[in-house]
Amino acid sequence: MREFFIYLVILVGSTYLVRALPFALMRKKIKNRFIRSFLYYIPYTVLAAMTFPAAVLATGNMLAASLGLIAGGVLALQGKGLTLVAFVCCALSLMTDLIMITLN
Amino acid sequence: MSEFTRGFRAGIPIGIGYLSVSFTFGIMAVSYGFSWWQAVIISMLTLTSAGQLAGISVMVHPGQYLEMLFSQLTINIRYSFMSVSLSQKVAASFSGMKRWLLGFFMTDEIFAVASAEKTVDAKFFFGLSVAPYFGWALGTLGGSVLGNILPEVLMNSLCLAIYGMFLAIIAPKARTSRAVLCVTVVAILLHVMFVYLPILNRVSSGIAVSVCAIVAALIGAWLFPHDEEENEA
Repeated sequence: MREFFIYLVILVGSTYLVRALPFALMRKKIKNRFIRSFLYYIPYTVLAAMTFPAAVLATGNMLAASLGLIAGGVLALQGKGLTLVAFVCCALSLMTDLIMITLN
Repeated sequence: MSEFTRGFRAGIPIGIGYLSVSFTFGIMAVSYGFSWWQAVIISMLTLTSAGQLAGISVMVHPGQYLEMLFSQLTINIRYSFMSVSLSQKVAASFSGMKRWLLGFFMTDEIFAVASAEKTVDAKFFFGLSVAPYFGWALGTLGGSVLGNILPEVLMNSLCLAIYGMFLAIIAPKARTSRAVLCVTVVAILLHVMFVYLPILNRVSSGIAVSVCAIVAALIGAWLFPHDEEENEA
Protein backbone atom coordinates (compact mmCIF):
# COMPACT_ATOMS: atom_id res chain seq x y z
CA MET A 1 0.00 0.00 0.00
CA ARG A 2 2.89 2.34 0.81
CA GLU A 3 4.30 1.44 -2.59
CA PHE A 4 1.03 2.50 -4.23
CA PHE A 5 1.18 5.95 -2.69
CA ILE A 6 4.84 6.48 -3.62
CA TYR A 7 3.97 5.59 -7.20
CA LEU A 8 0.89 7.83 -7.01
CA VAL A 9 2.97 10.84 -5.89
CA ILE A 10 5.39 10.35 -8.81
CA LEU A 11 2.55 9.82 -11.30
CA VAL A 12 0.47 12.78 -10.12
CA GLY A 13 3.39 15.13 -9.47
CA SER A 14 5.11 14.60 -12.80
CA THR A 15 1.88 14.81 -14.77
CA TYR A 16 0.81 18.01 -13.03
CA LEU A 17 4.15 19.78 -13.36
CA VAL A 18 4.54 18.85 -17.03
CA ARG A 19 1.22 20.59 -17.67
CA ALA A 20 1.11 23.50 -15.26
CA LEU A 21 4.75 24.61 -15.17
CA PRO A 22 5.02 25.63 -18.85
CA PHE A 23 1.51 27.07 -18.75
CA ALA A 24 2.29 29.27 -15.75
CA LEU A 25 5.82 30.30 -16.69
CA MET A 26 5.85 30.43 -20.47
CA ARG A 27 5.55 33.92 -21.84
CA LYS A 28 7.53 33.48 -25.04
CA LYS A 29 7.46 31.08 -27.94
CA ILE A 30 10.10 28.40 -28.49
CA LYS A 31 12.19 29.46 -31.47
CA ASN A 32 14.40 26.43 -32.05
CA ARG A 33 13.02 24.59 -35.07
CA PHE A 34 14.39 21.18 -34.11
CA ILE A 35 12.84 21.30 -30.63
CA ARG A 36 9.55 22.59 -32.01
CA SER A 37 9.47 19.77 -34.55
CA PHE A 38 10.35 17.18 -31.92
CA LEU A 39 7.58 18.43 -29.61
CA TYR A 40 5.16 18.44 -32.52
CA TYR A 41 5.75 14.74 -33.31
CA ILE A 42 5.93 13.43 -29.75
CA PRO A 43 2.15 13.07 -29.15
CA TYR A 44 1.74 10.92 -32.23
CA THR A 45 4.76 8.69 -31.66
CA VAL A 46 3.77 8.10 -28.02
CA LEU A 47 0.21 7.14 -28.89
CA ALA A 48 1.35 4.96 -31.81
CA ALA A 49 3.91 3.08 -29.72
CA MET A 50 1.40 2.60 -26.91
CA THR A 51 -1.28 1.29 -29.28
CA PHE A 52 0.77 -1.21 -31.26
CA PRO A 53 1.27 -4.06 -30.74
CA ALA A 54 -0.48 -3.79 -27.32
CA ALA A 55 -3.96 -3.20 -28.75
CA VAL A 56 -3.82 -6.34 -30.92
CA LEU A 57 -2.95 -8.39 -27.83
CA ALA A 58 -5.30 -6.59 -25.43
CA THR A 59 -8.40 -8.79 -25.65
CA GLY A 60 -6.75 -12.23 -25.74
CA ASN A 61 -8.22 -12.84 -29.20
CA MET A 62 -5.89 -11.38 -31.83
CA LEU A 63 -8.24 -11.92 -34.76
CA ALA A 64 -11.20 -10.27 -33.03
CA ALA A 65 -9.07 -7.38 -31.79
CA SER A 66 -7.52 -6.85 -35.22
CA LEU A 67 -10.90 -6.74 -36.95
CA GLY A 68 -12.16 -4.25 -34.38
CA LEU A 69 -9.09 -2.06 -34.75
CA ILE A 70 -9.24 -2.14 -38.56
CA ALA A 71 -12.89 -1.06 -38.53
CA GLY A 72 -12.13 1.66 -35.97
CA GLY A 73 -9.06 2.71 -37.96
CA VAL A 74 -11.10 3.18 -41.12
CA LEU A 75 -13.60 5.39 -39.27
CA ALA A 76 -10.75 7.29 -37.59
CA LEU A 77 -9.19 7.96 -41.01
CA GLN A 78 -12.50 9.52 -42.00
CA GLY A 79 -12.18 11.85 -39.03
CA LYS A 80 -14.96 10.32 -36.89
CA GLY A 81 -15.03 11.25 -33.20
CA LEU A 82 -13.29 9.30 -30.47
CA THR A 83 -16.49 7.92 -28.93
CA LEU A 84 -17.72 6.35 -32.18
CA VAL A 85 -14.29 4.94 -33.06
CA ALA A 86 -13.87 3.43 -29.58
CA PHE A 87 -17.39 1.96 -29.68
CA VAL A 88 -16.92 0.34 -33.11
CA CYS A 89 -13.57 -1.21 -32.07
CA CYS A 90 -15.21 -2.81 -29.03
CA ALA A 91 -18.43 -3.85 -30.78
CA LEU A 92 -16.79 -5.59 -33.73
CA SER A 93 -14.23 -7.31 -31.53
CA LEU A 94 -17.02 -8.53 -29.22
CA MET A 95 -19.12 -9.82 -32.14
CA THR A 96 -16.17 -11.68 -33.64
CA ASP A 97 -15.28 -13.14 -30.27
CA LEU A 98 -18.86 -14.32 -29.66
CA ILE A 99 -19.14 -15.86 -33.14
CA MET A 100 -15.86 -17.74 -32.64
CA ILE A 101 -16.97 -18.98 -29.22
CA THR A 102 -20.28 -20.18 -30.70
CA LEU A 103 -18.59 -21.97 -33.61
CA ASN A 104 -16.17 -23.80 -31.34
CA MET B 1 -24.54 33.38 -21.66
CA SER B 2 -21.64 33.57 -19.24
CA GLU B 3 -18.18 32.43 -20.28
CA PHE B 4 -18.41 29.61 -17.75
CA THR B 5 -21.69 28.30 -19.18
CA ARG B 6 -20.39 28.56 -22.72
CA GLY B 7 -17.32 26.56 -21.72
CA PHE B 8 -19.38 24.01 -19.84
CA ARG B 9 -21.55 23.34 -22.91
CA ALA B 10 -18.52 22.97 -25.15
CA GLY B 11 -17.14 20.38 -22.73
CA ILE B 12 -20.19 18.07 -22.67
CA PRO B 13 -19.25 16.01 -25.76
CA ILE B 14 -15.74 15.54 -24.36
CA GLY B 15 -17.24 14.46 -21.04
CA ILE B 16 -19.39 11.81 -22.73
CA GLY B 17 -16.39 10.53 -24.66
CA TYR B 18 -14.28 10.40 -21.49
CA LEU B 19 -17.06 8.54 -19.65
CA SER B 20 -16.81 5.64 -22.06
CA VAL B 21 -13.02 5.59 -22.33
CA SER B 22 -12.35 5.86 -18.60
CA PHE B 23 -14.84 3.03 -18.07
CA THR B 24 -12.23 0.91 -19.83
CA PHE B 25 -9.48 2.31 -17.64
CA GLY B 26 -11.47 1.25 -14.57
CA ILE B 27 -11.88 -2.27 -15.95
CA MET B 28 -8.20 -2.49 -16.83
CA ALA B 29 -7.06 -1.19 -13.43
CA VAL B 30 -9.16 -3.78 -11.61
CA SER B 31 -7.91 -6.53 -13.93
CA TYR B 32 -4.35 -5.44 -13.02
CA GLY B 33 -5.21 -6.00 -9.35
CA PHE B 34 -6.07 -2.46 -8.19
CA SER B 35 -9.16 -1.77 -6.10
CA TRP B 36 -11.91 0.58 -7.28
CA TRP B 37 -10.89 3.46 -5.01
CA GLN B 38 -7.29 3.29 -6.24
CA ALA B 39 -8.48 3.51 -9.85
CA VAL B 40 -10.74 6.48 -9.01
CA ILE B 41 -7.98 8.32 -7.09
CA ILE B 42 -5.59 7.85 -10.01
CA SER B 43 -8.18 9.23 -12.44
CA MET B 44 -9.20 12.19 -10.27
CA LEU B 45 -5.63 13.28 -9.59
CA THR B 46 -4.09 12.54 -12.98
CA LEU B 47 -6.67 13.02 -15.76
CA THR B 48 -4.71 11.43 -18.58
CA SER B 49 -5.44 8.40 -20.74
CA ALA B 50 -2.07 7.22 -22.01
CA GLY B 51 -0.25 8.32 -18.84
CA GLN B 52 -2.57 6.42 -16.50
CA LEU B 53 -2.51 3.30 -18.63
CA ALA B 54 1.29 3.32 -18.68
CA GLY B 55 1.25 4.24 -14.97
CA ILE B 56 -0.70 1.20 -13.81
CA SER B 57 1.38 -1.11 -15.97
CA VAL B 58 4.51 0.16 -14.19
CA MET B 59 2.82 0.08 -10.75
CA VAL B 60 2.21 -3.67 -10.89
CA HIS B 61 5.99 -4.15 -10.63
CA PRO B 62 7.54 -3.15 -7.31
CA GLY B 63 10.16 -0.44 -7.00
CA GLN B 64 10.41 0.94 -10.55
CA TYR B 65 10.21 4.57 -9.46
CA LEU B 66 12.68 5.95 -11.97
CA GLU B 67 10.97 4.12 -14.75
CA MET B 68 7.64 5.61 -13.65
CA LEU B 69 9.12 9.10 -13.76
CA PHE B 70 10.84 8.59 -17.10
CA SER B 71 7.85 7.05 -18.86
CA GLN B 72 5.44 9.65 -17.47
CA LEU B 73 7.65 12.52 -18.58
CA THR B 74 7.92 11.09 -22.10
CA ILE B 75 4.25 10.26 -22.45
CA ASN B 76 3.06 13.55 -20.99
CA ILE B 77 5.61 15.91 -22.56
CA ARG B 78 3.01 16.66 -25.21
CA TYR B 79 1.06 18.54 -22.53
CA SER B 80 4.01 20.91 -22.12
CA PHE B 81 3.79 21.67 -25.79
CA MET B 82 0.05 22.27 -25.53
CA SER B 83 0.52 24.43 -22.44
CA VAL B 84 3.16 26.51 -24.19
CA SER B 85 0.91 26.82 -27.22
CA LEU B 86 -2.17 27.82 -25.22
CA SER B 87 -0.18 30.21 -23.04
CA GLN B 88 0.22 32.34 -26.15
CA LYS B 89 -3.49 33.02 -26.55
CA VAL B 90 -4.96 33.34 -23.06
CA ALA B 91 -6.74 36.53 -21.95
CA ALA B 92 -4.71 39.08 -19.99
CA SER B 93 -6.74 38.28 -16.85
CA PHE B 94 -5.78 34.57 -17.13
CA SER B 95 -2.58 34.64 -15.12
CA GLY B 96 -0.67 33.60 -12.02
CA MET B 97 -2.74 31.43 -9.70
CA LYS B 98 -5.35 30.69 -12.37
CA ARG B 99 -2.73 29.19 -14.64
CA TRP B 100 -1.34 27.04 -11.83
CA LEU B 101 -4.84 25.75 -11.00
CA LEU B 102 -6.33 25.35 -14.46
CA GLY B 103 -3.16 23.94 -16.02
CA PHE B 104 -4.17 20.69 -14.33
CA PHE B 105 -7.00 20.26 -16.85
CA MET B 106 -4.83 20.37 -19.97
CA THR B 107 -5.83 17.25 -21.89
CA ASP B 108 -5.64 16.61 -25.63
CA GLU B 109 -9.35 17.26 -26.17
CA ILE B 110 -9.73 20.22 -23.77
CA PHE B 111 -6.67 21.78 -25.40
CA ALA B 112 -8.11 21.19 -28.87
CA VAL B 113 -11.40 22.93 -28.04
CA ALA B 114 -9.73 25.78 -26.12
CA SER B 115 -7.33 26.39 -29.03
CA ALA B 116 -10.27 27.09 -31.29
CA GLU B 117 -11.02 30.20 -29.20
CA LYS B 118 -9.63 33.53 -30.29
CA THR B 119 -8.61 34.42 -26.75
CA VAL B 120 -9.05 31.92 -23.95
CA ASP B 121 -10.87 33.25 -20.91
CA ALA B 122 -10.12 31.58 -17.54
CA LYS B 123 -13.84 31.11 -16.78
CA PHE B 124 -14.39 29.55 -20.20
CA PHE B 125 -11.48 27.17 -19.69
CA PHE B 126 -12.76 26.21 -16.22
CA GLY B 127 -16.28 25.59 -17.55
CA LEU B 128 -14.84 23.56 -20.40
CA SER B 129 -12.99 21.32 -17.92
CA VAL B 130 -15.96 20.43 -15.67
CA ALA B 131 -17.80 17.81 -17.77
CA PRO B 132 -14.61 16.02 -18.95
CA TYR B 133 -13.28 15.89 -15.36
CA PHE B 134 -16.40 14.33 -13.88
CA GLY B 135 -16.94 12.14 -16.93
CA TRP B 136 -13.44 10.77 -16.46
CA ALA B 137 -13.91 10.15 -12.71
CA LEU B 138 -17.42 8.63 -12.96
CA GLY B 139 -16.44 6.42 -15.89
CA THR B 140 -13.49 5.06 -13.91
CA LEU B 141 -15.76 4.37 -10.93
CA GLY B 142 -18.30 2.61 -13.18
CA GLY B 143 -15.71 0.50 -14.93
CA SER B 144 -13.88 -0.55 -11.79
CA VAL B 145 -17.09 -1.50 -9.95
CA LEU B 146 -19.01 -3.08 -12.83
CA GLY B 147 -15.89 -4.66 -14.30
CA ASN B 148 -16.25 -7.59 -11.92
CA ILE B 149 -19.91 -8.12 -12.80
CA LEU B 150 -19.72 -7.97 -16.59
CA PRO B 151 -19.01 -11.18 -18.53
CA GLU B 152 -15.35 -11.76 -19.33
CA VAL B 153 -15.80 -11.73 -23.10
CA LEU B 154 -17.41 -8.27 -22.90
CA MET B 155 -14.70 -6.93 -20.58
CA ASN B 156 -11.98 -8.17 -22.91
CA SER B 157 -13.51 -6.30 -25.84
CA LEU B 158 -13.94 -3.12 -23.81
CA CYS B 159 -10.15 -3.01 -23.35
CA LEU B 160 -10.02 -1.82 -26.97
CA ALA B 161 -11.90 1.43 -26.23
CA ILE B 162 -8.86 3.28 -24.96
CA TYR B 163 -6.84 2.23 -28.01
CA GLY B 164 -9.74 3.24 -30.25
CA MET B 165 -9.47 6.71 -28.75
CA PHE B 166 -5.75 6.81 -29.54
CA LEU B 167 -6.50 5.76 -33.14
CA ALA B 168 -9.06 8.56 -33.42
CA ILE B 169 -6.35 11.07 -32.44
CA ILE B 170 -3.58 9.71 -34.69
CA ALA B 171 -5.35 8.59 -37.87
CA PRO B 172 -6.82 11.88 -39.18
CA LYS B 173 -3.41 13.57 -38.81
CA ALA B 174 -1.49 10.64 -40.35
CA ARG B 175 -3.78 10.84 -43.35
CA THR B 176 -3.11 14.49 -44.10
CA SER B 177 0.55 14.65 -43.04
CA ARG B 178 3.05 12.27 -44.61
CA ALA B 179 5.57 13.22 -41.92
CA VAL B 180 3.18 12.22 -39.10
CA LEU B 181 2.43 8.98 -40.95
CA CYS B 182 6.17 8.22 -41.21
CA VAL B 183 6.97 8.93 -37.56
CA THR B 184 4.04 6.85 -36.32
CA VAL B 185 5.05 3.90 -38.53
CA VAL B 186 8.64 4.16 -37.25
CA ALA B 187 7.41 4.27 -33.64
CA ILE B 188 5.23 1.18 -34.19
CA LEU B 189 8.00 -0.80 -35.94
CA LEU B 190 10.45 0.03 -33.15
CA HIS B 191 7.98 -1.02 -30.49
CA VAL B 192 7.17 -4.29 -32.28
CA MET B 193 10.92 -4.99 -32.23
CA PHE B 194 11.04 -4.27 -28.49
CA VAL B 195 8.18 -6.67 -27.87
CA TYR B 196 9.35 -9.59 -30.01
CA LEU B 197 13.13 -9.51 -30.49
CA PRO B 198 15.32 -11.35 -27.96
CA ILE B 199 17.24 -9.18 -25.45
CA LEU B 200 15.18 -6.13 -26.49
CA ASN B 201 12.05 -7.83 -25.12
CA ARG B 202 13.59 -7.79 -21.63
CA VAL B 203 13.30 -4.00 -21.57
CA SER B 204 10.24 -3.13 -19.49
CA SER B 205 7.24 -1.76 -21.31
CA GLY B 206 7.29 1.80 -19.94
CA ILE B 207 10.90 2.37 -20.99
CA ALA B 208 10.33 0.69 -24.36
CA VAL B 209 7.41 2.97 -25.23
CA SER B 210 9.40 6.05 -24.19
CA VAL B 211 12.50 5.08 -26.16
CA CYS B 212 10.50 4.25 -29.30
CA ALA B 213 8.53 7.49 -29.11
CA ILE B 214 11.59 9.66 -28.53
CA VAL B 215 13.66 8.02 -31.28
CA ALA B 216 10.81 8.25 -33.80
CA ALA B 217 10.14 11.91 -32.94
CA LEU B 218 13.88 12.74 -33.20
CA ILE B 219 13.99 11.11 -36.64
CA GLY B 220 10.92 13.12 -37.57
CA ALA B 221 12.42 16.39 -36.34
CA TRP B 222 15.60 15.63 -38.28
CA LEU B 223 14.00 14.51 -41.58
CA PHE B 224 10.84 16.63 -41.58
CA PRO B 225 11.39 19.88 -39.69
CA HIS B 226 7.95 21.22 -38.86
CA ASP B 227 7.75 24.87 -39.71
CA GLU B 228 4.24 26.19 -39.91
CA GLU B 229 2.67 28.05 -37.04
CA GLU B 230 0.09 25.70 -35.69
CA ASN B 231 -2.06 25.26 -32.65
CA GLU B 232 -3.09 21.67 -32.82
CA ALA B 233 -1.04 18.91 -31.26
